[in-house]
Amino acid sequence: MADNNILLEVKNLKMHFPIEEGLLFKKRVGSIRAVDGIDFVIRSGETMGLVGESGCGKSTTARAIAQLYTPTAGEVIFKGRDLCTLPKNELLKERMDLQMIFQDPYGSLNPRMTAGDIIAEPLTVYANRKLIDMSRQDIRKRVEELMEKVGLSRFFINRYPHEFSGGQRQRIGVARALALNPKLILADEPVSALDVSIQSQILNLLQDLQDEFKLTYLFIAHDLAVIEHISTRVAVMYLGIIAEIADSTTLYKKPLHPYTKALLSAVPIPDPVVERKRQRIILEGDVPSPDQERSGCYFYDRCPNAMADKCKNNIPPLKEVEKNQQVACFLYSDPE
Amino acid sequence: MNSDVILKVENLKTYFNTDDGIVKAVDGVSFELHKGETLGIVGESGCGKSVSNLSVMKLIPSPPGKIMAGKALLYGENIFDMTSDEVRRLRGNRISMIFQDPMTSLNPFLRISTQMVETIRLHQGMDRKDAKKKAVEMLQLVGIPNPGKRVVDYPHQFSGGMRQRVMIAMALSCNPEILIADEPTSALDVTIQAQILEIIKELTRKLGTAVIMITHDLGVVAGICDKINVMYAGKIVEEAPVDDLFHDPQHPYTRGLIKSVPRLDKPHKGRLFSIEGQPPNVIDLPDCCPFHPRCKQALDICRKKYPPETAIGEKRCVSCWLFKEGK
Repeated sequence: MADNNILLEVKNLKMHFPIEEGLLFKKRVGSIRAVDGIDFVIRSGETMGLVGESGCGKSTTARAIAQLYTPTAGEVIFKGRDLCTLPKNELLKERMDLQMIFQDPYGSLNPRMTAGDIIAEPLTVYANRKLIDMSRQDIRKRVEELMEKVGLSRFFINRYPHEFSGGQRQRIGVARALALNPKLILADEPVSALDVSIQSQILNLLQDLQDEFKLTYLFIAHDLAVIEHISTRVAVMYLGIIAEIADSTTLYKKPLHPYTKALLSAVPIPDPVVERKRQRIILEGDVPSPDQERSGCYFYDRCPNAMADKCKNNIPPLKEVEKNQQVACFLYSDPE
Repeated sequence: MNSDVILKVENLKTYFNTDDGIVKAVDGVSFELHKGETLGIVGESGCGKSVSNLSVMKLIPSPPGKIMAGKALLYGENIFDMTSDEVRRLRGNRISMIFQDPMTSLNPFLRISTQMVETIRLHQGMDRKDAKKKAVEMLQLVGIPNPGKRVVDYPHQFSGGMRQRVMIAMALSCNPEILIADEPTSALDVTIQAQILEIIKELTRKLGTAVIMITHDLGVVAGICDKINVMYAGKIVEEAPVDDLFHDPQHPYTRGLIKSVPRLDKPHKGRLFSIEGQPPNVIDLPDCCPFHPRCKQALDICRKKYPPETAIGEKRCVSCWLFKEGK
């Protein structure tokens, strides 16, 4: 494998949030293990889909990669450098190539700034620090260019976010992420808040931009059909760990992990004939709280195939079972 | 065949007065609900799918909202003519509703038992002891483990999926004839959504309850509904049995909507079909087809006049000029 193609490598990334008690003298009484040791790589030009239910740590992963949180442990190696250990000004430079798009097109845009200012903000930040050489005229020209690229008329440059619809706002978010010509975009549920007809517009836009600017995406969503459509590879997360990673086609055709199987069978398909014939694997119970350290498989409590001894007392490692398909499950490997 | 019509809504119009003008949230909606049937109402946000059903329950805050015209006939009796006392006796008893967000629709200060017993006593006239027994029975039915103990818990002690189960138990506790489910699974994860849909399907079949399922998710209606109404900008644009709608959609909007959803069972990479443009602003909408700016097949007349309903076959209806002309 041409491994100089690796753009981002995440090694044993952990993000634990403290649970504190007491008013004056805060005492740490435990931690929420939002991300509990994950490894994966993203190669240039691919779209890595990250899917899982709410609370499984998808968004935390993206934020920890972007260093919006300081990870508890692990490495985030972006273009050969570990972002976790970089000093602040170096990190700022590296982050030019790593931008984010957020889920909520209402909450992620400052209501007091115009669309133009919002899109220009990354440029001004870097220009003020003399990290890029752009005059105010250059920036304005670039903003107009970006607006046209994402399908917004440049006459909207002085409008405020509340004057735009949800889909248009998400386009502003996309333009802002593109402003610095990044290599990697972390898209955190960019279409989840949008209506179906608008969702497909934004998905198409993201794909067109990827082709044009040779972008790499880490695409987070809880909608499996959306992930299937846009991703080349998919990682399935459960309770802070990765249960399975595989090529998109492989994962959807031949899922191996019991959780992936259940997840796929639970997705409703917009076709009544197919729906009537389907056999659902209905999982019992809810996702457990991530506040405890686990000594066995994370999926043990809900797994229909759980094996009493093996799965309860050993944590299955993520192992390559088939070509390009890694699974963390003892159905496919034995504990050592 | 009309004898088993439970609810008949005729030409319902619900408008909201706002500073910017009159919002015609629901503008002439008619539909029928038959005994034991599951009717799906599909549409994007702001198309009036929730407001039309809140109107039927007389739950529109007034002002700013007002039911301008129309009838909602429950076994021939117009709900809009009833006094508020009479409507109150109806709600939760003959027509129940479950909402999208199970946290905000349960009272966080009251135990589940208090909330359920109150409903059951009020409508069924049982004493406290029997009502509590009934509540436990219902919780058991919706699959809450250990219902005898859990019934005295507070809403925050349940997870999202469990809360929605409690809502369903509460809604079905008085054996309503109609259950209105307003986006019951939109706030839930897929594996939990599958559980909840299964419960709704099974219980309503067992109890013979008719269901109105409001959702934006085409996958959900495909699995659970018999008949579907597609709404756009306050109007029903297409009405069809579920198989016909998905296999042979007629209205350009329905066709676009179905095509623009990525499907798990038919993976295809490349571009998705998409309906260009934005949903219209429903303030002071002119009397044209509201979909025409986004429609690829728009005719001249679409810009001038709203298309009348055209029947296609026995059970289908579509509001589009493409079907009026030449037929």
